[in-house]
Amino acid sequence: MNLAVKDIRHNLGRFALTAVGIGMLLMVVMGMGGIYRGIIEDATLLIDKLDADLWVVQRSTRGPFAEVSRLPPNLVDRVASVSGVADTRKFVFHTIQREHRGKPLRMAILGLDWPTDRGEWLPLMAGQPLAQNHYEMIADRALGLELGEQIPLGKDTFTVVGLTTGMIDSGGNGLAFFTALDAQTVQFDLPGAAMRLERAARRGRADRIDLSSSQPGLLDRAEGLSAAIPALAPPAVSAILVRVLQGVDPQAVASTISGWADVSVHTREDERQLMLSGPVEKAKLQIGLFRILLTIISAIIMALIFYTLTLDKLHDIALLKLIGAPNHVILGMILQQALLLGALGYGIAYLIGQWIFPRFPRRVILTQDDLIRLAVIVLVISILSSVLGIWKAMRVDPNEALS
Amino acid sequence: MTTDITVLPAIEARGLTKIYGSGNTEVVAMRDVTLTVNRGEVVALLGPSGSGKSTVLTAIGLINPPTAGQIAIGGQPVMDGPRALVDLRTFRRKHIGFIFQKSNLIPFLDVRENVQIALELNGQTPRAARKRALELLDYLGVADRADHYPAMLSGGQQQRVAVARALANQPQVILADEPTAALDSHRGRQVMELFRKVAHEQKGGVIVVTHDQRSLDVFDTIYEMQDGIIRLSAEHAHHATSADAR
Repeated sequence: MNLAVKDIRHNLGRFALTAVGIGMLLMVVMGMGGIYRGIIEDATLLIDKLDADLWVVQRSTRGPFAEVSRLPPNLVDRVASVSGVADTRKFVFHTIQREHRGKPLRMAILGLDWPTDRGEWLPLMAGQPLAQNHYEMIADRALGLELGEQIPLGKDTFTVVGLTTGMIDSGGNGLAFFTALDAQTVQFDLPGAAMRLERAARRGRADRIDLSSSQPGLLDRAEGLSAAIPALAPPAVSAILVRVLQGVDPQAVASTISGWADVSVHTREDERQLMLSGPVEKAKLQIGLFRILLTIISAIIMALIFYTLTLDKLHDIALLKLIGAPNHVILGMILQQALLLGALGYGIAYLIGQWIFPRFPRRVILTQDDLIRLAVIVLVISILSSVLGIWKAMRVDPNEALS
Repeated sequence: MTTDITVLPAIEARGLTKIYGSGNTEVVAMRDVTLTVNRGEVVALLGPSGSGKSTVLTAIGLINPPTAGQIAIGGQPVMDGPRALVDLRTFRRKHIGFIFQKSNLIPFLDVRENVQIALELNGQTPRAARKRALELLDYLGVADRADHYPAMLSGGQQQRVAVARALANQPQVILADEPTAALDSHRGRQVMELFRKVAHEQKGGVIVVTHDQRSLDVFDTIYEMQDGIIRLSAEHAHHATSADAR
């Protein structure tokens, strides 16, 4: 006769509520693990998806994610000429926050190197890659935009032509993909008044030099477009992404480019590590510690639950001892209930998690390894926490059945 | 020469003493109690509250070891002072049946399972244990309540189930502590008669702690306890005599 099952059958309501309670607790532990994994995954998602062998950034910086990196756009051609390089792309990346439909819209903008890169590699769930050089964008569904929707950014209006899924930055912001030129336009957009003031200031500065009196055309140029002034550099890019030819060691190409005085080169793995040890490290540590703390708290709570369940049965245990039940029968009853509660709690946690985690604002990723690890932890917690109850049960005097 | 164990007393207690505490706080709950219960004999233990009746019962039931004295069950020495000479829990399971004032049934087992568990713990297969449990419940008139939980039964029904459980393994000794306290006089009488029947049929010894004066004629021997000391009841000696005559 299985006493554990008989007890559960008789106290089904209480047992079910306890299992749900433990399930909710484990769901939080599971969720914390998922959030931790999500942070890491989100942080490295872009690096992995961009599929670059090398990242060329401003000299001595850990850019473009860890800190600001500014490179001249023409560097893309210089890098392309290095032996062993298959192709190069400009990488423009920045975050903006605008008002849209009366709500703040925060998006991470990524520039695609038109026309070589139109976003064909993106995981599109609807729409298509960019079809023209300007005024089109691909948005992640996390931004809540719809296909065909028009978004005014700066002086231009962009149409959503494609929707991706799961493309977010390390901060959890949805990604929006533009041509690199449009991305820069959005990044360096200045209000008309600011532009006019800047042109007037340039005119003032030109007035004060001798050269302007001998060459009056210079004053007209100073008042014109920034792009038309050779002395002004075009807007910078954040990085140059490099793919090497098949069979070429990326490290060899990296050491060639590293010899240049104006840039630093990171491999894909370097970039991953820079991301994980930089911008997301604190969040990762915080969640990691919180996860450990939650696991310990869960263990304590589960131990208390199992202990209380045993305390409730002390009279029955004394009675069982009185009628001669050997220790293993009593121990089995407590242990089986603990394991059953642990298993049920875990199952409930998983089911609730499957339903609730996709509704979280940030990604919660349950990997098989994490689920197995948590199952083992629950198993160990169930066994260890039932030890307290077993210890108490073993000390019960059969005499107590008579009291 | 071999001894016929069927002629050995069911219970033999010699010089049982139980002392709680020490020094100024010392309390002697049972003092030099000597008691023999023969096979087929039903013995009553009377006395006021705190006189040591339950202490004697729990000592003989191998629940509460005496400070001094010896106990033998069915001729087998089981306690020598506080020292156990056998595995007490196994011995209890095989040879002693308990019935208490409160029926003390396991609340999460139904009536049949409460009896069946005692049989299964003693090594019977679930099928055989189930069959025997139902037979016992039928014998005690509560078979129709077999699938009810104890909380759904009246006090009398619960007590009969407790009796069925105590009888399940055909113990040599039945120890009952105020078994009729929760019953009306008719039911109380029935239970006492049952003890007598079982003692005679199973050739076991029964000790009943009771305050119930109405059923004293059922007992073969009546002891009285006062301040931890036991003596044969002179006042109720005629009950024993009439019981012997039956």
